[in-house]
Amino acid sequence: MKLTTSLLATTALAVSAGGAFAGGHMADEMTLVSWGGAYQESQQRAYVEPYLEMNPGVTAVWDSSSNEAVAKLRAMAEAGNVTWDVVDVVASDAIRLCDEGLAMEIDHDEMLAQGDDGSDASDDFGDLLVSDCFIPQIVYSTTAGYRSDLLPEGAPKPDSICAFFDTETYPGQRSLERRPINNMEWALYCDGVAKEDIYDVLETEEGQDRAFAKLDTIKDSVVWWSAGADTPQLLADGEVIMGTTYNGRLFSVIEEQNQPVEMLWDMQVFDLDGWIIPADLPEDRLARAMDFVRFATDTQRLADQAKYISYGPARASSAPLVGQHADLGIEMAPHMPTDPANATNTLLYNYEWWADYRDDLDAKFQAWLAQ
Amino acid sequence: MTDATGPDQVTGATPDNAIRNADRADNGPVLAADGTPLKRSLNRALRREKTRALLLIAPLLLFILITFIAPIADMLFRSVENAIVEDTLPATVEALDEWDSATEELPSPDVFRALFFDLFVAAEAKEHTQLGTRLNYEQTGISSTFRSTGRGLDDIGELYQDVFEDQNELWEEADFWYAMMNAGDGAAAGDLLAAERARMAALTDEPKDGEIGFAPSATIASILPRTTREYTAFAILTALVEEDVVAEEEPWEAVFAALGLDLQDQSLRAGIEGYSGPGAAELQAALANVDSLPVVDYRAAFIEEDDDWGDPEVWRTLQTYSDRYTMGYFLNSIDLQLTPDGIQSRPEDEQIYILLFQRTLIMSMAITLSCILLGYPIAFLLANLPLRTANVLMILVLLPFWTSLLVRTSAWKVLLQQQGVINDILVWIGLVDDANRLVMINNQTGTIIAMTHILLPFMILPLYSVMKTIPPAYVRAAKSLGATDWTAFWRVYFPNSVPGIGAGSILVFILAIGYYITPELVGGTTGVFISNRIAYHISSSLNWGLAAALGSILLAAVLILYWTYDRIVGIDNVKLGG
Repeated sequence: MKLTTSLLATTALAVSAGGAFAGGHMADEMTLVSWGGAYQESQQRAYVEPYLEMNPGVTAVWDSSSNEAVAKLRAMAEAGNVTWDVVDVVASDAIRLCDEGLAMEIDHDEMLAQGDDGSDASDDFGDLLVSDCFIPQIVYSTTAGYRSDLLPEGAPKPDSICAFFDTETYPGQRSLERRPINNMEWALYCDGVAKEDIYDVLETEEGQDRAFAKLDTIKDSVVWWSAGADTPQLLADGEVIMGTTYNGRLFSVIEEQNQPVEMLWDMQVFDLDGWIIPADLPEDRLARAMDFVRFATDTQRLADQAKYISYGPARASSAPLVGQHADLGIEMAPHMPTDPANATNTLLYNYEWWADYRDDLDAKFQAWLAQ
Repeated sequence: MTDATGPDQVTGATPDNAIRNADRADNGPVLAADGTPLKRSLNRALRREKTRALLLIAPLLLFILITFIAPIADMLFRSVENAIVEDTLPATVEALDEWDSATEELPSPDVFRALFFDLFVAAEAKEHTQLGTRLNYEQTGISSTFRSTGRGLDDIGELYQDVFEDQNELWEEADFWYAMMNAGDGAAAGDLLAAERARMAALTDEPKDGEIGFAPSATIASILPRTTREYTAFAILTALVEEDVVAEEEPWEAVFAALGLDLQDQSLRAGIEGYSGPGAAELQAALANVDSLPVVDYRAAFIEEDDDWGDPEVWRTLQTYSDRYTMGYFLNSIDLQLTPDGIQSRPEDEQIYILLFQRTLIMSMAITLSCILLGYPIAFLLANLPLRTANVLMILVLLPFWTSLLVRTSAWKVLLQQQGVINDILVWIGLVDDANRLVMINNQTGTIIAMTHILLPFMILPLYSVMKTIPPAYVRAAKSLGATDWTAFWRVYFPNSVPGIGAGSILVFILAIGYYITPELVGGTTGVFISNRIAYHISSSLNWGLAAALGSILLAAVLILYWTYDRIVGIDNVKLGG
């Protein structure tokens, strides 16, 4: 049954793809939701400006609400009035929105452009299609940076995430995110658990205790952050000697603000960010949203975004097109988290595992913090 | 607000008093000019008056009801609401009722079979993952159990589907199915259709009253009850959610499974053999071949999809939380939990909420106290300076009031952090050793300092407006009678300013108790409030039930404190202005 219907749907879509989505009846205004700041600016320059140029008469309105997108979308859907057309969310949120039926399911091959090498979208994005509703855009990582000028004399430059747990060699404050995700994995890794066993160990009570015990050893020297901008600020002020945050934030501290900060790529945790389209949009708005997303996630556009911010394009076919920073003129490839030199030892955010354990571990983590 | 003087002291009789006087009169009813008893006539006048007053405030009242009270009530209601389990898995919940959770045995295969059909429909409507998320709040791991099982249900149905389709290709035809199931000109099973519409409406939380172009045939419903039920559910979702034509869609795998079960059911045999409507030949052929149909062990099939179904703990959770209303969220918010064995305290390493409630109350009081200590002298100064100077100073008080909250909080970060301005100055003048800089932020100190600063105007303004109305002659009189400065202040001035302290304290305390942005930014781990967890559960974990329960408790705590305050200090002693 599935096969026949999807075949029918495929042909119907293939026929209409040229007509309905490209020309037809489309809304003239769309509301895009993103994270604000430099990231939204990069989307504005790489996707929205060229799109509006191609489609005079269309207006795009930004709403910088991505950090609360799931809650807000749920509230909108319950009120029966979804005002957003395209929403930028991290992959874990996309999975939850999909689970809750708040995001539309996407047929990636039909609705998205082919790669410029002719590959199907689903092959081009590959493993990054972590949810049926998710249209990946960038690969970013949560990674670490340190103040090279504040290292104690004679101490070697840290080359492992475990430097965070080594308060003897690197005394001083460090900043970590105020949530269990990533921290628990790093703690176990630095406690000697092999990378591939981390989640098996973390599933057990003993494993969780072990991770907390490891974190206990540095609890007094940690500043816990909740906003991505905290660590760059703390590093710039010299409040901490090392800290974790998103790699793009560290890039801007290092390259744009010329702070004496260096990257510590070891055990960076890859995560994805991309678009979702809210479920049950009216037809004209849906057509506009689809048209925009198809344009904004093609090979060239994804590569273009890397001109403005150091996040890796989600399409394999975009990687060779990544060029120089639009304002600084530096090569962007070496600053990408996915660059082979940076990605020697990495971890991929385990969405399914955290969907299960997040509530439980978060309660434990908060209780542990409050003690 | 302070003195309860009725208007009659000033203006003479009011309708209220006139009624009382009329009551008091012993010598027969007093009559009005038109001959009706005065009491009734006055009552009528009063009622008209009251109606008019009510009409005047009606727009505002309605506005507040609709935009403020109703949404809050709706949100708080979620703290006990738990219909999702029963709405998503109605038959399972019913079948599970008989299972004794005290045993280590798994529920009977019937329960698993009910779960298959419930979950299949839920997965088609994409509601099963929501239920998984809901139950995952209570037991870690259920979320993925539901998600992965939802993907594997087709396989179980296909065990039957393949046999049917191998026997006769007609079973693959959507219109063949439709012709067999649809009532057409014959009698329709209206009750069944209505029941299924209600089930789908509960499942999807949307009414399912639209035209679906299908009505189950009463004949077929009596000989193939399970099949008709599933096909009807399929028809409703296909027509109203997918917006497809029922007659053009091949039914779900679950419909084949239901048909298989109907054919295997001995008690239905005679009915099927005697059937002569559309599809009779194919049905009877399938019945003759009934031995080729698989006998599916639903329990084994589910455990194969996900091991967790073999864990009685999962079923206990499902049974414990199958009621439409639950105390579970409220128990969670005071570090307890609902288990099959009754209410138990949560594991020690997950207890956090009582601690946070206590901390929120204590720190809010500390903030209120420091606001009084800092605000009182300022308000005193403002009230006693010449008006021109006072106005300039007043702007200084109000200026931070108009500055963004985030800016003010970030400014405190710059000042208080270890490499910050204050520490730098202290190190520079030699008060503090460079290696031992003071930790003044990312802890309770930081929260108290930053929030005292932010809430200070709410203390100063009511204090100032009350102090403005204290006649300077009082203090002068006290002094002329021989009081020292201190006695005059403490015995005369201060008691007069207490209503201002009362008003300021209530404002500051209630604002402080619900604050979360500032504690989030400067509170570190020990300076965060319960509102931070509420915000987290609203916008991050999406556990709105728990957030609502925490919010209800916070609201109740504030109301109780307010009531206590009224009993001790008296709300009449609160003044927001002259």
